[in-house]
Amino acid sequence: MRTADLLSSSWSAIRSHKMRSLLTMLGIVVGIASVVLTVGLGLGTQKDVSDQIASLGSDLLIVSPGSSTDDSGTRGGFGSAQTLTLTDAEALASTVAVPDAVGVAAEKTSDLSLEYGESNWTTTVTGTSTSWTDVRSRELLYGDFFTEDEVTSAADVIVLGSETAHELFGSTAVVGQDVVIDGDSFEVVGVLAEAGSSGDTSLDDLAVVPMTTMVETLDDSGASEAVQTIYLKAASSDVLSAASQEAQNLLLNLHGIASVDDADFTIDVQDSLIDAATSVYEQLTILLTGIAALALLVGGIGVMNIMLVSVTERTREIGLRKALGAAPATIRNQFLIEAMILGLSGGAIGVVIGVGLALALPSVLGSTIVISGLALVVSVVVAVGIGAVFGVYPAARAARLAPIDALRDQ
Amino acid sequence: MTARRAAPHDEDRQMTSPSTVMLDLDAPVIELSGARKTYLTGDIEFEALRGIDCRIYPGEYVAIVGPSGSGKSTLMNILGCLDVLTEGSYVLAGEDVSHMNEVSLASARNRRIGFVFQQFHLLPSLTAVGNVELPLVYAGVAPGERRERALAALDRVGLADKARNHPGQLSGGQQQRVAIARALVTEPAIVLADEPTGNLDSRSTADVLGMLDDLHAEGSTIVLITHEADVAARAQTIYNVTDGQFVGDSVGIAK
Repeated sequence: MRTADLLSSSWSAIRSHKMRSLLTMLGIVVGIASVVLTVGLGLGTQKDVSDQIASLGSDLLIVSPGSSTDDSGTRGGFGSAQTLTLTDAEALASTVAVPDAVGVAAEKTSDLSLEYGESNWTTTVTGTSTSWTDVRSRELLYGDFFTEDEVTSAADVIVLGSETAHELFGSTAVVGQDVVIDGDSFEVVGVLAEAGSSGDTSLDDLAVVPMTTMVETLDDSGASEAVQTIYLKAASSDVLSAASQEAQNLLLNLHGIASVDDADFTIDVQDSLIDAATSVYEQLTILLTGIAALALLVGGIGVMNIMLVSVTERTREIGLRKALGAAPATIRNQFLIEAMILGLSGGAIGVVIGVGLALALPSVLGSTIVISGLALVVSVVVAVGIGAVFGVYPAARAARLAPIDALRDQ
Repeated sequence: MTARRAAPHDEDRQMTSPSTVMLDLDAPVIELSGARKTYLTGDIEFEALRGIDCRIYPGEYVAIVGPSGSGKSTLMNILGCLDVLTEGSYVLAGEDVSHMNEVSLASARNRRIGFVFQQFHLLPSLTAVGNVELPLVYAGVAPGERRERALAALDRVGLADKARNHPGQLSGGQQQRVAIARALVTEPAIVLADEPTGNLDSRSTADVLGMLDDLHAEGSTIVLITHEADVAARAQTIYNVTDGQFVGDSVGIAK
């Protein structure tokens, strides 16, 4: 029998039982639609988490003063020493010495009380450069970040985190207002967009001023050159360790230190976050795969059930086809192909419904769903495979029917 | 109708096909020797055929008659390659089919035998021409040639105008004629008709029997299984089966 005839024969058998074929497919449709949705949700969650990590800076190096370990092996001086300076930050910005870094922002911070009218709010005020928004991956909700001119002139301007603005003003649309710090008045030039939190620290409760303003007006530590942190943004996460190495060599050189063991600074990478997130995706993926496999198993059993009913019901037809010269393998193939077409159609409908829901649901649930072309193709292939696997037994039964008995069947 | 004898030397045969042209016309189409068939039901052996010898020559019109339980259905299954013998041999169109496996038997049925059943056994989802094409589908004939041959077969049974009708739109007699066209379309060695008029009214019965007479006149070899004496009377030779054996002499009737 020609393959084309086999296909058209199977297809016409499915078409002649439209309602039943649709109901049979339903199991596969639901299974595949849920696979598409759960995979989409899984990928969406993964994207959300990795976006959040990127917003924290997965390509970010954090240089802190002090060594993480001293000679006795205990942690000492970390973060409180004053060994990092503005000069270091300027040197790190050199594209010759640190070619793999694309941005440097030093931070000089101080916890200060901000006042507006009757309300006051204590927050971390950070003095930094104009590259800060780029290096820390932050965006402005209102207004603009301060400019290079404002840094040069040590202008009394301030950019507020959204939470800080809300605490002080009860609103975030506060560009042009003034806040008072230690009796000096600062004009709010911008409000940062929300960035969530990193661990216990809110990234939205802060105030940012030009480094020069910090040094000249607000800082009273007496160590005007010292900075708390220098952030380095690597060109990409691939060159993160190269950038780290370059920064380390430069700083050792500048500080006149021969051995890494004696370094008076520490360079951290936010690797640990990526590791934690990866293990979360893996668990999520295993869970979703399990659910999808169960749904498809149920669909496959449905196909087998209906194919068995179909074999019983079409006993006479099978007998006739055999009498007319259909070999057992031909009958088997016809039923197998029927089951596979049911799987294919069910899979295709399931993909359409799954994609439809994936497009509609994000606006309802507020979650991100990512549709992967590969997942869709694999879903359809799996659906056909399920048809084949669960069609084998009914097809073998049809092939085994003896033509005389089959013809006699009433 | 032209009177004909059992005619191994029919010269004006219109039905020739690759499977039959090689045949020596003196050789029988069907040759059963010492045919025995035993069924085992639980521990009880039942001998349905107890040694049947029979030769049917090309162009013969043979009726096999007998009451139910006589073994004539078993004989029809054996002749139709739907079942195999327990003992003895069966040579069909020069090919020993006694010990064939299922695949070879399916091929033998497809090439050598045209079935006409009591229940018509047309597939309701296919049109008349689609039903007639079915044996050619299993023979692997290309669609164009298949359609052409099926239409020619339908034309032979006088149903060319009903080619696009589904079985449900045809009368019983017309359905059986479609089934006869399906039996003829492969140009088989024998047309095996199992109670072909059992489900028909008297007018359709006459119609279908007339059809078989015409086929015989055109040279087809026909084996008719029936329990009705007046139906069997149309054949040239009548074999009477009782208790799994031929009884009495086969009756040759010159018409």
